[in-house]
Amino acid sequence: MIPIEHILLLSAALFTIGVLGVMLRRNVIVIFMSIELMLNAVNLSFVTFSRGMDSMTGVIFIFFIIVVAAAEAVVGLSIILSIFRTRKTLNIDEFNILKW
Amino acid sequence: MLIIFYIFAALSILGGLGVLFLKNPIHCALSLVGTFFCLGAIYVMLNAEFVAVIQVLVYAGAIMVLFLFVLMLLSSKDTEQYANKWPIGKILAGLLSLGIFVQIASLFTAGKLQLGPKGAYPLEVIEEVGSIALIGVYFLPIIFCHLKLLQSSCSLPLLAQ
Repeated sequence: MIPIEHILLLSAALFTIGVLGVMLRRNVIVIFMSIELMLNAVNLSFVTFSRGMDSMTGVIFIFFIIVVAAAEAVVGLSIILSIFRTRKTLNIDEFNILKW
Repeated sequence: MLIIFYIFAALSILGGLGVLFLKNPIHCALSLVGTFFCLGAIYVMLNAEFVAVIQVLVYAGAIMVLFLFVLMLLSSKDTEQYANKWPIGKILAGLLSLGIFVQIASLFTAGKLQLGPKGAYPLEVIEEVGSIALIGVYFLPIIFCHLKLLQSSCSLPLLAQ
């Protein structure tokens, strides 16, 4: 039997790696991948908690998270595509259109 | 069982570190695919087979193909590695994420949860989830999910024209 704390610690570690990736990397698409990693860490803790509580509610929530992740990837990547057309770069420091 | 879990956990952490440290974004995407596969294996060990299948199909299949496609479409010369102009920021980011990790880990290890003795979900529970929960209780959220997918796929040609 796998100890539940170890799975949750794995989830916390993956989430932290995702946060570090968002803060350290400058490539927009890699930042997007880090966000996907964070969503996966949350999915893992949902599955673990639903298993620990013998309930399927957490597994149902994962469907919604996956739908949101897919929609977010589609919309975000198309926004990146249209910004790349004008800026010719993927560096997030160059994307300061909304910064005052 | 335990050893296999630790192997997959180490591999998934390794894939995450690959996303964090590899220079080429395409290598990052491939190591993220490895992480998704390892998480799918861990889901199988947690008796959540459907989530594992969805994980491999949707995440490692569809979403990562989308990422790789866009990466290869937008491959410019300067996508290698952008210098972080503020070196103190790295230290601050490390400290901040260490704090986040300690907080989440202390929350997670404080509980008294155990993996239940029932283990595998019996067929009745899965039937209940499929017929009562997904169509009855969660009917409205499911409809909103459909609408969200429809909206995102309709906004795609507008955004990327």
